[in-house]
Amino acid sequence: MTLRTLAPDDKIGITISLNGRPVQVEVDTATTLLDLLRNHLALTGTKKGCDHGQCGACTVLIDGERMNSCLKLAVMMDGREITTIEGLAEGDELHPMQRAFIERDAFQCGYCTPGQICSAVALVEEGHAHSREQIRELMSGNICRCGAYPNIVDAIEDVMAERRGQFREAAE
Amino acid sequence: MNRFSYFRAESVEGALAALAADPGAKLIAGGTNLLDLMKYDVEQPSRLIDITQIEGLDTIGETTTGGIMIGALVSNTTIAYHPLISAGFPLLSSAILAGATPQLRNAATAGGNLNQRTRCYYFYDAALPCNKREPGSGCPAMEGVNRNHAILGASEQCIATHPSDMCVALAALGASVHVAGPEGQRTIAMADYHRLPNGSPERDTTLVAGEMVTGIELPAGAKRFAEHHSYLKLRDRLSYAFALVSVAASLQMDGRAIGDARLALGGVAHKPWRRTQAEEVLIGRPADDETFATAADVLLEGAHGREHNAFKIELAHRAIVRALSQAAAGTPQSQSDKRIA
Ligand SMILES: Cc1cc2nc3c(=O)[nH]c(=O)nc-3n(C[C@H](O)[C@H](O)[C@H](O)COP(=O)(O)OP(=O)(O)OC[C@H]3O[C@@H](n4cnc5c(N)ncnc54)[C@H](O)[C@@H]3O)c2cc1C
Ligand code: FES
Ligand code: FES
Repeated sequence: MTLRTLAPDDKIGITISLNGRPVQVEVDTATTLLDLLRNHLALTGTKKGCDHGQCGACTVLIDGERMNSCLKLAVMMDGREITTIEGLAEGDELHPMQRAFIERDAFQCGYCTPGQICSAVALVEEGHAHSREQIRELMSGNICRCGAYPNIVDAIEDVMAERRGQFREAAE
Repeated sequence: MNRFSYFRAESVEGALAALAADPGAKLIAGGTNLLDLMKYDVEQPSRLIDITQIEGLDTIGETTTGGIMIGALVSNTTIAYHPLISAGFPLLSSAILAGATPQLRNAATAGGNLNQRTRCYYFYDAALPCNKREPGSGCPAMEGVNRNHAILGASEQCIATHPSDMCVALAALGASVHVAGPEGQRTIAMADYHRLPNGSPERDTTLVAGEMVTGIELPAGAKRFAEHHSYLKLRDRLSYAFALVSVAASLQMDGRAIGDARLALGGVAHKPWRRTQAEEVLIGRPADDETFATAADVLLEGAHGREHNAFKIELAHRAIVRALSQAAAGTPQSQSDKRIA
């Protein structure tokens, strides 16, 4: 990677892998990843709640790890792989977590939902949650003003159980 | 946010040179504290020096003396779940998992956590006076809303607290901070890294201009506390809130008696609060509530409460006794099941 200095008025070209596709964009220094997604790339699935790392509505996966996109600078994302809510489905086939949220009615207004789902997908991958208590604690970075929490935990438990079933089948 | 230029450093030397070239520059790592403060115009750096691409600062490894070196860029999540840390220094894992959220811990780095600023409401509001933000402008917290403010070590100028959970465990474990600067490298004991506000609350740490943190070292000796520890964090919500009071307790048990002890508090002062006298009164004593209360008395001696935070003195006293009994029993506070046993 080349050494770069960027003045406030400069724009810099960065390349990110966004939902599996390479994207080249020009950004200035102060643009956050969240604003890049929503304002420059018109991917409005990722939501802005607080813009200060407090609500989790802006959660995306960066190199597979869940993070608050409102507290990331776009210039610092050069070369990274970013997955947003728009990138979870495979064509018309919803991601298992998206399906579980629908089946369990795990939302009301839906504003927090993209962040909840991205966060939940990462939580399952991380493998540190083994009980409802632990799911709740490890989902504490996603606030839901509608209070859909019990159904969100149900949805996540469903996906975790489904995955355990698949592993068992694969092992047999 | 103010306008700023951006520089991507590729080495520690490169970052130091960029720091030296511009007194208004700031390092950025995870960005979770700095960008938050920039959005409030509390921090207005002329230039950001991106240190995240520097190689060699993102690993955890054993030192030749059996201690552990944590690179400044290692994420808080990686530290918490790393086998060398969760086995040898579980107090540190527990304290980190008590703080923030998975998303923030994934982004937050060791060096950034160490250097995060206070969560004082007045510090955060650029329209109001604050001696930490603007030296000499005054401290509205003294007579204002001071629920999350200091009860120990405060000054006439500032009653802010240091908000980190990780740092409280590091203080109890006797960690040291490795620093690089224009004069070369040096090591600062954790006890000396953060400072009391005294007459210059604008300075949180003893890091001097032009220096950066390269790593945090845990001494091999602190592994002797791995069996008997607890990090007890009390806050306004069960999750995702800064500590009103937190206690990091580490004991080495000698049968029913205490062989050795380390004790530090968070949320009560401008730095993790530790007094070796409070640890000395524990050594050789039976592990019971009377002993623990004596240590709490010593650790809290001189505590001063204000309108909204006076309750923290009694809260801290009880939390110390509880955390020490959890440590003695070998039943550390769970960070997911919040019931306090
Ligand atoms: C909503 C919210 C809740 C939170 N809750 C908690 C909590 O409960 N407990 C807790 O402990 N923390 C909590 N945090 C704070 C979080 O832990 C810090 O924001 C994080 O640790 C900072 O790390 P960073 O890498 O993102 O730092 P940055 O934001 O990148 O940097 C922070 C500061 O450190 C400096 N810095 C960074 N790296 C270095 C280095 N190597 N050498 C010298 N200086 C450096 C920067 O210049 C800057 O001044 C919370 C944060 C948020 C936003
Ligand atoms: S918008 Fe990023 S956490 Fe709220
Ligand atoms: S569904 Fe409305 S905020 Fe969560």
